[in-house]
Amino acid sequence: MALKNYQAKLIRHRKIAHLTYELVLEETGIIRGKGEDKGPFGVPSPGQFVNLVVPGFYLRRPFSVADYADGKLVLIYKILGQGTRAMADRLEEGQALSVLSPLGNGFTLVDAKKPLLIGGGVGLPPMYYLAKALKAKGQEPRIAMGFKTADEVFYEEAFRDLGLEVQVATEDGSKGTGGFVTQILEGSYKDGDYLYCCGPMPMLEAIYKMDLAPGQYSFEERMGCGMGACMGCSHKVKNYPLGSKRICKEGPVFRTEEILW
Amino acid sequence: MVGNKVDLSVRLGDLTLDNPVIPASGTFGFGREFAPLYDIKKLGSISFKGTTKEERFGNPCPRIAETASGMLNAVGLQNPGVDAVIRDELPFLEKYYAKPVIANVSGFSEAGYVETVEKLSAQPIVGIIELNISCPNVHGGGMSFGTDPDLAASLTRAVKKVSQKPVYVKLSPNVTDIVEIALACEEAGADGLSLINTFMGMRIDIHRRKPVLANRTGGLSGPAIFPLALRMVWDVYEACKIPIIGMGGVSSAEDVVEMMLAGATAVQVGAANLINPWASSDIIDRLPGVLADLGVDKLEDLVGLAHHE
Repeated sequence: MALKNYQAKLIRHRKIAHLTYELVLEETGIIRGKGEDKGPFGVPSPGQFVNLVVPGFYLRRPFSVADYADGKLVLIYKILGQGTRAMADRLEEGQALSVLSPLGNGFTLVDAKKPLLIGGGVGLPPMYYLAKALKAKGQEPRIAMGFKTADEVFYEEAFRDLGLEVQVATEDGSKGTGGFVTQILEGSYKDGDYLYCCGPMPMLEAIYKMDLAPGQYSFEERMGCGMGACMGCSHKVKNYPLGSKRICKEGPVFRTEEILW
Repeated sequence: MVGNKVDLSVRLGDLTLDNPVIPASGTFGFGREFAPLYDIKKLGSISFKGTTKEERFGNPCPRIAETASGMLNAVGLQNPGVDAVIRDELPFLEKYYAKPVIANVSGFSEAGYVETVEKLSAQPIVGIIELNISCPNVHGGGMSFGTDPDLAASLTRAVKKVSQKPVYVKLSPNVTDIVEIALACEEAGADGLSLINTFMGMRIDIHRRKPVLANRTGGLSGPAIFPLALRMVWDVYEACKIPIIGMGGVSSAEDVVEMMLAGATAVQVGAANLINPWASSDIIDRLPGVLADLGVDKLEDLVGLAHHE
């Protein structure tokens, strides 16, 4: 699982919701790195991320792995700033991209009777790859997904196609439950006995404070290197030297008992 | 040029480096993240993460912001403190690097600097002390020593009294006249100079209408600052006699050659390591080819050469 710099070809780039796009990448070679690979892109696991060069921008951009099948990497992004705007405008199918993979520590698959996946906005993507992995282990996860508006909803059918029960919340009530994703957790999903969460920090904190069940939370932060060198994304946690972990290196996934809120 | 070996070695005082390429402090940790990627022994030296007397968590996040051809950081000297560095990190470097490293030292008071230098300079693997008087991201210290020639000189003197190793003072570019500070440090007994640290800057998130960095300001690094750094190395080389380690946006073997022509004896690579973790290694691999193209067989001969008539 050694980190490598892969050369990739963008084989699909499509809009999947308002301001939201999906990229599918195929490995075409190794630019730097040593050691054997189990498969393309070093076979990232659910919850891990990759670091992409966006042509014309200096820092790499971290994206969690939305899916990994047949050696192809699926990434999802939302236009939030100049970098993602440029991605939407400039990235073209067929073009070569530089990808650092795999990065970070992903989700640990835990045996649970009623595992619950919770994804908010562009925090949803890693839940798809995780759902597949949990299903492959014979578990029956359900998913709660939260968005601002109905036109931002994506992957609802994809999760249903995997056989998951899906509930959607939108902040403006234009689809599903009105309000935040936590509303779903107060309703029919409150019997969830293990949580896997990814989304904006306020969402993660709200879920954590509901104290519904133990679980794992995938954090995000602006990163410099994505591989533990620059200390740009340090986060205070319990019981760790300096009380700190790097979201890119020891994270992005943290267990309930490590989190300080 | 087959079989015609190019000599990449350079001398910093009594210390001979295999090549002039050194990952810059704060972009390479203590080498742990890079050792699995390539043989870090090939590096000329390593300037390890800025170390203070006590452990520091640093600034709140976001600590990183992007800029055109560069980046801002406001990490704020996160480090485990000098005792933990000696106990937990230097043994790693002894095992996987096993050549003299550069100990980058920061502080908030003269006493703090002195104690940290005393401890680190006694470590066998430490070859040089790099006195960081130029961190723009901590309040009540750091850069204030680097913006006043008298403070810079008195700190240099105090540290020189206790250091068992040569002391290179790392200068801030956030000054009116970097030469004045450089001369003050040389006069106070510095064995060499490291320049430059980052330029203070900021970005504002137009959606939140707030600074991107939680610390508001951060230090600018990356290719954007290379010409600014080069000019400062040039000017300091004109004025001072002690060796210079040049840095600031160095990203290629050609940049290394340019820095050396301006007067640097060795060169640090910073932000480039964060974009391409193999950057320092790639630069070393490319240097012989670049020198061959230039018809140069001893790299050290280039130091300051652009100043000559």
